[in-house]
Amino acid sequence: MAKDGLGLEIELTLALPGGGGSEASGSMEKKEKKRVFSEFSGEETNTAKKNKMVGWPPVCSYRRKNSFSEEEGTKMYVKVSMDGAPFLRKIDLSPLEGYSSLLMSLEKLFCCYIGEGESSEYVPIYEDKDGDWMLVGDVPWKMFSGSCKRLRIMKSLDAKGIGLHAKDLLEGISIEA
Amino acid sequence: MVNYFPEEVLEHVFSFLTSHRDRNAVSLVCKSWYNVERFSRGKVFIGNCYAISPERLISRFPRVRSLTLKGKPHFADFNLVLHDWGGYVYPWIEAMAKGCTNLEELRLKRMLVSDASLELIAKSFPNFKSLVLVSCEGFTTDGLAAIASNCRFLRELDLQENEVEDPRGQWLSCFPDSCTSLASLNFACLKGEVNLAALERLVARCRNLKSLRLNHAVPPDVLQKILARAPQLVDLGAGSFVHDPESETYNKLKNVMQKCTSIRSLSGFLDVNARCLPAIYPICINLSSLNLSYAPGIYSKELVKLIRKCKKLQCLWILDTIGDKGLSVVASACKELQELRVFKSDPNDVGNAAVTEEGLVAISAGCPNLNSLLYFCRQMTNTALITVAKNCPNFIRFRLCTLDPITPDAVTMQPLDNGFGAIVQSCKGLKRLSVSGLLTDQVFLYIGMYAEQLEMLSIAFAGNSDKGMVYVLNGCKKLKKLEIRDSPFGNMALLADTGKYETMRSLWMSSCKVTFGACKSLAEKMPRLNVEIINEGDEMEGGSDDRQNVEKMYLYRTLVGPRKDAPDSVWTL
Repeated sequence: MAKDGLGLEIELTLALPGGGGSEASGSMEKKEKKRVFSEFSGEETNTAKKNKMVGWPPVCSYRRKNSFSEEEGTKMYVKVSMDGAPFLRKIDLSPLEGYSSLLMSLEKLFCCYIGEGESSEYVPIYEDKDGDWMLVGDVPWKMFSGSCKRLRIMKSLDAKGIGLHAKDLLEGISIEA
Repeated sequence: MVNYFPEEVLEHVFSFLTSHRDRNAVSLVCKSWYNVERFSRGKVFIGNCYAISPERLISRFPRVRSLTLKGKPHFADFNLVLHDWGGYVYPWIEAMAKGCTNLEELRLKRMLVSDASLELIAKSFPNFKSLVLVSCEGFTTDGLAAIASNCRFLRELDLQENEVEDPRGQWLSCFPDSCTSLASLNFACLKGEVNLAALERLVARCRNLKSLRLNHAVPPDVLQKILARAPQLVDLGAGSFVHDPESETYNKLKNVMQKCTSIRSLSGFLDVNARCLPAIYPICINLSSLNLSYAPGIYSKELVKLIRKCKKLQCLWILDTIGDKGLSVVASACKELQELRVFKSDPNDVGNAAVTEEGLVAISAGCPNLNSLLYFCRQMTNTALITVAKNCPNFIRFRLCTLDPITPDAVTMQPLDNGFGAIVQSCKGLKRLSVSGLLTDQVFLYIGMYAEQLEMLSIAFAGNSDKGMVYVLNGCKKLKKLEIRDSPFGNMALLADTGKYETMRSLWMSSCKVTFGACKSLAEKMPRLNVEIINEGDEMEGGSDDRQNVEKMYLYRTLVGPRKDAPDSVWTL
């Protein structure tokens, strides 16, 4: 293997495989034009297809299991109570993408209007893992959905004393899920 | 003449040799040096547990006190190797329990560790001080309970990224009241509850505790109490951090963190509200190591505010939510940075990666001492890699991973050969390299030519022909581990230089173009190699066809022939 290029033209060229453009050192056989990846994806064997995706990207399995994205198919049903309603409902948080989807789903469930604005009658709150009642919207969505135990749609009148407004809560939601 | 030195003098001189490579070299000089060295060797490193047997280890090094063992091949981390492939530690413990009971330290990586093994350790080694398990599996907290109960002088229990079953959760209470020797305790990877009162008492009585990494189950108020009792901590892994910046716990935590002026290394934060990060601002200036790679939900703005304060940072592990802009801030604030790892924030979601070549270039410009990199990115360019190579000639480890394994240069659409070529040419001390992106045989030509110190090379979806692999085998004189997946290297490359494999620890090839016939002839020719074929499922029913491609092959040098503990799905040829 000549280090200083004796007998070989070691030029740093940006050549495509298969000899398109200027020649790199050693002749690139024309028949090698096919890229590796597409070559494999052209094969119909199941194992080739299967192995193509296994273990890529190379994230070690411990990290993969402990990353914070939910496994597909897990459902996160939580109870939802609304002040004045005679019974509770349940809602699945897992397919929702963020706070706006949550509010829309809640509104559909109870046929009420929670939305923004000072005129809003209701304020959504939730009970977290520690048992504390929190205002919906402060933390990133994924953290919320991971720690929400139950929801309550509270009447704004009850919250007025603390100075909460639905508007403030929704304005603060700029974090992407 | 060295013959006239009494052995005591030789032994004294050798005691200054700590590196196992130096000791290996010394033992080759002559018979007398071999003997003095073997009786004085305390620490042994075995990179492949199947390269040697425990009995031979003990007969050569009867006074070994510290043993490091590695089991499964690296690609096992990515689910490419069966669980039961092997790497059982029990036979080693059994042999040491019979022949070498002054064992004090055991460090295992990618091995199968049963509760029975842990119980045997606890029973057999009265001076046992240190257990480090990395990426191991097969044990439960029952095994840990045995260690805690019986190892009276335990100094270190370090569990890193292991899969551990937690049926009972009372292992921590098994440390007796008389145990005060703990200096390092890391149970961050355990999923279950721990006895919090026992934990607090343990911390209170272990005055030498320097390193403590908690798991998710330790709530913030207990963390605060622990820190109040252990302000001498140097390394902290916070499991659960506080969520509510208005809470009493947050205030207490903030106050107690101010007193933890010895903390140099911080990790964990498995569940944190970014608005509570200011609690750790006071210690940022002292930090040399920060690992936020398991901390979801911290977005670029808060991350950046935190990192800006870490002016002495040498090692940073982070998620790609930091973004290119965030990396620019790191580059301007952390001038002493040596190691950077940027992980995918969501390994299952391809396409939302938030760092590109820009972030890497910024880091290289701001951090000239950078010598170790792991970088998951959406795209890369040759120009960027060439710039990085110029800015940072000191790389020892350079691992790049593009999300699409064959993505070309994002600007020119050319292969990334020249970029990596620049890296190996500039970084004369490079020992470990992982390449990624669209790559032809050319990149391997460069690697073979320039990567003189390279010991480990990882290749995936790269190259055009056998020539690529041959360039590497011919050129990299110090190559120890070569792992290749989904690349068109075949029999010609495999058989080009069979003697080379005896100078290496191992070779892994999966989804390449090597056939059974070639593997068989290699195994026949080289009796001091184990050539293993791993079959998953039904391919190998009714005997093998020599012309058939092998799915997974793992070969390694060994002094003890084929192993006897391989499962049915692994054939040693």
